[in-house]
Amino acid sequence: MLLRHTSSEVQQRGALTINPAKTCQPIGAMYAALGIHGCMPHSHGSQGCCAYHRSALTRHYKEPAMATTSSFTEGASVFGGQANLVAAINNIFTIYNPDIIAVHTTCLSETIGDDIPQIIQRAESDGKIPEGKLLIHCNTPSYVGSHVTGFANMVKSMVTYFSESGSGKKLNQVNIIPGWVEPADMREIKRLCGEMGVKTVIFPDTSGVLDVAMTGKAEHFPKGGVTVEALKTTGDSKATIALGEVTSGPAAKALDVKCNVPCEILDLPIGLAATDRFIDTLRKILHIEVPETVTEQRGRLLDMIMDTQQYTYKKRVALWGDPDQLVALAEFLVLLDMEPVYIVTGTPGKNFLKRIEKVIGNCAFKAEVKAGAGADMYLMHQWIKNEKVDLLIGNTYGKYISRDEDIPLVRFGFPIFDRVGHQYFPTVGYRGGMRLLEMILNVLLDRQDRDCPEESFELVM
Amino acid sequence: MVRILDERRQQVYRKGQGSFNMTCEKKSLAGAVSQRACVFCGSRVVLYPIADALHLVHGPIGCAAYTWDIRGALSSGPQLHRLSFSTDLREMDVIQGGEKKLYNSLVELIDEYQPKAAFVYATCIVGLIGDDVDAICRKVSSEKNITVLPVHSEGFCGSKKEGYRAACDALYKLVGTAPADGVSRHSINIMGDFNLAGEIWLIREYYNRMGVEVVANITGDGRVADIRRMHAASLNVVQCSGSIIHLARKLEEKYGRPYIRVSYFGIEDMAKALYDVAEFFDDPVMMEKAEQIVRSEVAAIMPEIRRYRKDLVGRKAAVYVGGAFKAFSLVRALRLLGMRTVLVGSQTGNQDDYRQLRDMCDAGTIIVDDSNPLELCGFLKEKGCDIFIGGVKERPIAYKLGLGFCDHNHERKQALAGFTGMLNFAREVYATVTSPVWQFVRRPQPAQENKK
Repeated sequence: MLLRHTSSEVQQRGALTINPAKTCQPIGAMYAALGIHGCMPHSHGSQGCCAYHRSALTRHYKEPAMATTSSFTEGASVFGGQANLVAAINNIFTIYNPDIIAVHTTCLSETIGDDIPQIIQRAESDGKIPEGKLLIHCNTPSYVGSHVTGFANMVKSMVTYFSESGSGKKLNQVNIIPGWVEPADMREIKRLCGEMGVKTVIFPDTSGVLDVAMTGKAEHFPKGGVTVEALKTTGDSKATIALGEVTSGPAAKALDVKCNVPCEILDLPIGLAATDRFIDTLRKILHIEVPETVTEQRGRLLDMIMDTQQYTYKKRVALWGDPDQLVALAEFLVLLDMEPVYIVTGTPGKNFLKRIEKVIGNCAFKAEVKAGAGADMYLMHQWIKNEKVDLLIGNTYGKYISRDEDIPLVRFGFPIFDRVGHQYFPTVGYRGGMRLLEMILNVLLDRQDRDCPEESFELVM
Repeated sequence: MVRILDERRQQVYRKGQGSFNMTCEKKSLAGAVSQRACVFCGSRVVLYPIADALHLVHGPIGCAAYTWDIRGALSSGPQLHRLSFSTDLREMDVIQGGEKKLYNSLVELIDEYQPKAAFVYATCIVGLIGDDVDAICRKVSSEKNITVLPVHSEGFCGSKKEGYRAACDALYKLVGTAPADGVSRHSINIMGDFNLAGEIWLIREYYNRMGVEVVANITGDGRVADIRRMHAASLNVVQCSGSIIHLARKLEEKYGRPYIRVSYFGIEDMAKALYDVAEFFDDPVMMEKAEQIVRSEVAAIMPEIRRYRKDLVGRKAAVYVGGAFKAFSLVRALRLLGMRTVLVGSQTGNQDDYRQLRDMCDAGTIIVDDSNPLELCGFLKEKGCDIFIGGVKERPIAYKLGLGFCDHNHERKQALAGFTGMLNFAREVYATVTSPVWQFVRRPQPAQENKK
């Protein structure tokens, strides 16, 4: 019992986080920046931050995650990190030669008060930025928001730095901000849009960066990622569809303000209804018809849900992870007639509770939902100890609860350190919905096979 | 040819080319994709295996989240060290100070878990906002009647090395706080082993079979009570010297307890680690037992190792690890498998370490300090290796180039220390080097100069 120390009595904790359901901003900024083609994410802080983020991303994606660091020292933390950053910029362009450097800050550099735009200017005037090379930044103090907000901040910076409404003429394309999803999900969103005949700019886009095919060549800057040229055209797009209010909303709104591109902020297209809304929004914006092939995919998901409803009926589920994922996932589970009774995210934000309320408010079951301070895996475990659930859905950190309480776990979200598949197989769109449902059913049915008495062990299920 | 930053030229040496004058122990260059981590990381890895202590990370959430149970340091008893505790500092705390939060967190945790001691890790930001961590620790110590130790591990104060030192300083405060009686004259502390995949259990057993009492494991499967009386042990046996040598020196100074440096990787080094202890105690019976252990253990593993060796002879290996001591052992262990080490490097080696590496390696071997993926990739391509041995950040580099890989760091899944560990290591190397998957991969061919 690895979590034998968890007591079932839930007490108000004053100050403490035990087994967090979030991490800090910079890693989100790093992940987002990897979704720009030819981009080197740069961590302006101590060496450890960068090493930890790279290790975490590498463990999750099983791919190299390149990023550089300002390698702060005691001197830098007294006199400011300008010298380190300018030296870093020079070294990065000299040795790694990326097209663009995306700087994010850390708790250290934020508290010192380093003014990144001013330092970038300094580097520029000192001639440290070669012709044609670019630099962007975002502020990601680790003591604000969570990894999710760090992602959102870097995506917003892509708009702030690059989006232009140059031609004054609207292009026949739609911006899609996919949110913090897997490379496979970004690939699937692109595929779906392609099938709909919609021209898109997707940013960021980590497909082809963190799910690179084996070629025998190690490319430091793989061929995936949204290009800067494409990012520049986002100001002339017809509309922006932001998937995920927390991760994509800020960038979409900034683009509206900056370039007058109207935006629709939707949930992540996880599950049937949310995917319907995504497809329908595309249809309306572009006045197109939904092709037969997409309708068929929808039909297959619907068919699968019907075929298996008896197994999902009234199953109690505990979920944890990031706000945008949880909202869409909870909606899907409700559609499956399951009961998402415990929901936890470490990411603070009052709106999350309202969004969840909208999804499960009319349901017959009673749910415990918590976000921000004190919303951690320890609390989740305490809830479960008080009343058990049938299924856990969330990242790898749920495996301790899964083992101790003997409850099956479907891995979903970030990070997943102990299984493969999440990089390659999407959970968005209709096909992603089918995969999610398949994963859920498989563990539930395995459990039934394992636990049922011998006489009722069934061949046909 | 591999591009090397001018500033780093002195951190790379090719055996047989030019005079040896390696620069090391340098701060990493700003802007490098360094494989190194920070002070906090160093402190955390050294202390966290102490399983009945509370480990509270005072800072924003990331530092605690990224170090939550990632190292596989096994405990035979309590599992408290595998949980993640953080004060989760927020913006208002940064403005108003985090002392109150730290105090409350400590009190809550101590009430809840009744740990044997508590370590409080001060992260970057704590150093900046000026929380008086020492004072809070003292206060809670006296209120709760439990040892609460501050660990000054602000990330920017250096690299992992400085973190090791901070950890040793904290550990040292525990030493000598319990009576030393009842300890055998033939007693040691096993220092600098973190019980990854249960390795310290293997080592302890060898020493026990020799009739040696192990007082404390520092820190794998560690216990606070053992550390308190570790000064009673006659000898400190130090592995992974980088992490723990500072504590060993302090023990020598204050208590007159000498230390020896050992390595448990590979047959030769493992055997030497046993012989050296027997020699220290100058006890023929003990030496006899050590020889017996070596004989029987080696006899048990060699037949299988010889089988692997047949297919591994002449293959080329690259090694990039944290400490140089491990690199020495790996070069020897690979040689036992008939393999040549063509690239070897470490994150934290010093001049002496690299000189020793130079002496033990073949001509043409590249020796490198504080490297980065770009350089490593270049060297691997140039040398045309069959296997890369390293840690989490090296794994994808190897696979991208179509090379075999063996994790000799946190993510090892089997014990690699001891005689059993040598066999496991041979199995792992063999499995990855001879995997059928490589027939579908076009590996980079070694550069011309090496083909001769």
